[in-house]
Amino acid sequence: MKLLTHNLLSSHVPGLRPGGGFPLKIELGHPSELPPEPLPDYEANEEFLRRLHHVLLEVEVLEGSLQCPDSGRRFPISRGVPNMLLTEEEA
Amino acid sequence: CGSGLSGDYISEEGHYWIGMDISPAMLDVAVEREVEGDLLLADVGHGIPFRPGMFDGCISISAVQWLCNADKKSHSPPKRLYRFFSTLYTALARGSRAVLQLYPENSEQLELITAQAMKAGFTGGMVVDYPNSAKAKKFFLCLFVGTSGTLPKGLGTECASEELQQAKFTNERTRFRNVKGKSVKKSRDWILEKKERRRRQGKEVRPDTKYTGRKRRPHF
Repeated sequence: MKLLTHNLLSSHVPGLRPGGGFPLKIELGHPSELPPEPLPDYEANEEFLRRLHHVLLEVEVLEGSLQCPDSGRRFPISRGVPNMLLTEEEA
Repeated sequence: CGSGLSGDYISEEGHYWIGMDISPAMLDVAVEREVEGDLLLADVGHGIPFRPGMFDGCISISAVQWLCNADKKSHSPPKRLYRFFSTLYTALARGSRAVLQLYPENSEQLELITAQAMKAGFTGGMVVDYPNSAKAKKFFLCLFVGTSGTLPKGLGTECASEELQQAKFTNERTRFRNVKGKSVKKSRDWILEKKERRRRQGKEVRPDTKYTGRKRRPHF
């Protein structure tokens, strides 16, 4: 699963407040090579864009889990595919 | 998403895609094929788990009709359909289009699916390719978010409408056939056809002459 996909994912557990299912927390220890905040001139900065492209589209999460910030529900990731299936009580 | 066949076409056009399927086996095939898009193991009847307005389009091939099946006692097909369509509507941006190819079992299913889609806020409609063919007939549910676009024309519809608009005038004498397209029983045509059938079966048949099927005197 690419990080760009993680940016789009939101938890669909019913009963959350609007906007409450995002962002899902990725649980694995992964150091980021990006500065914590975008630099003011980011569109022109080629080096930053390159690193951003690498992190978003070339880094894949293979094993780990995603945690919903509001309900705490964990979605495991295996072989790069997150398992978002809900149990019958949840759906 | 299945094994990601449609996804390959999407990648070829240079777009980024995410595929969803309820079957881990199908997703395994997609992983083996090293598809470019990302995959999610999910049940679309539970909802499309994305933030609002993230996508510009949606393609589905032969998937939506499965939402009509209640696989578990707790499933309610209309609810699942509505959940799917409403979350899909949210995940698509303004001006997006969704095209869902499906195989509805009957017209009630078709109506149920279309009704839930309209309830969720989509505009659009059904496009049918080759409506007169039993084999080639394909249903495409074309949905628009926001702007109401024009529906594409179904394939095979031009030929059908041409035939209906023209009435044939010929000078030939036409032999009458009954409604089913078969000759009336015991008429000369029927006798000739039956003899032809038996010849094809390899049986011994008298030759056809001007006396074949001729009206006999009443005492026969």
